[in-house]
Amino acid sequence: MLQLETKGLNYSVDGQSILSDINIAIEQGSYNTIVGPSGSGKSTLLRLLADLLTPTSGEILLAGQSITDFKPTQYRQRVSYCFQQPTLFGESVGDNLVFPFEIRELPVDETLVKTQLARVGLADMPLTKKITTLSGGEKQRIALIRNLMFKPEILLLDEITTGLDEQTKAQVNGLITQLNQEDGITVLSITHDTQEQQRKGRQLQIVAGCLVHADESSR
Amino acid sequence: MWLVVWYMQMNLAVNGLSLTFAVSLVFVALIISFHEKIGLEKDMLISVGRAIVQLIIVGYLLKFIFQINHVWITLAMMLIIIFNAAANARKRASTLRHAFSISLIAILTSTGVTLGLLVLSGAIKFVPSQIIPITGMIASNSMVAIGLSYRSMLTQFKDQRQAVLERLALGASLKQASIAIVRESIKTGMSPTIDSAKTVGLVSLPGMMSGLIFAGVDPVKAIMYQILVTFMLLSATSLGSVIACYLAYHSFYNDREQLIDL
Repeated sequence: MLQLETKGLNYSVDGQSILSDINIAIEQGSYNTIVGPSGSGKSTLLRLLADLLTPTSGEILLAGQSITDFKPTQYRQRVSYCFQQPTLFGESVGDNLVFPFEIRELPVDETLVKTQLARVGLADMPLTKKITTLSGGEKQRIALIRNLMFKPEILLLDEITTGLDEQTKAQVNGLITQLNQEDGITVLSITHDTQEQQRKGRQLQIVAGCLVHADESSR
Repeated sequence: MWLVVWYMQMNLAVNGLSLTFAVSLVFVALIISFHEKIGLEKDMLISVGRAIVQLIIVGYLLKFIFQINHVWITLAMMLIIIFNAAANARKRASTLRHAFSISLIAILTSTGVTLGLLVLSGAIKFVPSQIIPITGMIASNSMVAIGLSYRSMLTQFKDQRQAVLERLALGASLKQASIAIVRESIKTGMSPTIDSAKTVGLVSLPGMMSGLIFAGVDPVKAIMYQILVTFMLLSATSLGSVIACYLAYHSFYNDREQLIDL
């Protein structure tokens, strides 16, 4: 079943085209890697799909409905975007992990918070720990579970394993696979990682703002 | 005895000669600017010229308004002050959209509420000689607070762009994504008033209190007015900053609740 679709998507800044005529159709529960050289417009595509940018022309559809029909807050809770170099806000780890509850006006479920921390190998991480004392890998994992606290339908990942050591990278990739295979979350992941590029799923290749290759195969 | 009378007269005697002497103080500033190559000579001369012309016009205008003592003319004068304050606060807002209308609403409300409370409590009377100077004091302090809040907001939305984007990406509303910046900007806007309230009498003898003491009023009576002024300014700057910041943060986003480029 088609879940996310773009039709003739164009994006330009000051008359300069960043993306042109992007047509993609993402199946529900699929795993999609987006590859292409730096500056080819991959991150821009994910930001458009995350509704953080508005296309110059063209359309984005979620479950057959234009994203303009959704309230931005509702759409972004369903289609969650993880940044390449995330910023943690507030002062402590807790400030970040409580935020998803705050925006939904729900009481904080501490068991869920602890479970999510354990999924990325941070079971012993105290919520009071200052974000300034965290390593890059810890920050990236906390940012990731901040997005996963309430399961999104689609996860947009912008090179989230860049800069992580091999062990942490394997742990994060394992979690993403689990979310995709067991929880049925659709994944669109930008990556330069050859291992991730070789995984089973669909590969979208973007070069100079154009979709040049959309291949579905079992690599 | 004659010495006291002479002193009292001299105290309040500002005449052409004393103003001429005062001009020499401007030359001191000009010489410093020229000698130290600060490059403010032109600005200083323009500001001195404007101050003289504006104050002369205002002096005669106030004399006329006080004499005729008419409600509508008093209200019109108040609106002119508020309008000018909003136009000036807008200049601090750089590229912020709707900055003039936001400033006007904030200054009009903060001045109106504060003045209304003062008049209703009987602290001041609705006569031009009291209402107009107080309106000027409130509106100018509110204007400064709002200007500072705008600058703080612009800086923070630039510096914390990534954090705001992350909040939006998590599905936060505009208020949830901006509230930390809004709170900090309100704090920045109010801090000069709070600081001056903390040091009033210790570091500076403020204008109104000094004016009353100059005019021969008992300093103990003068401080009562100053307490009133201090509270009045706290109220006006907090109202002005809060209204301006809560209205202004929407200007950083487009209709699709996306953060716009600054």
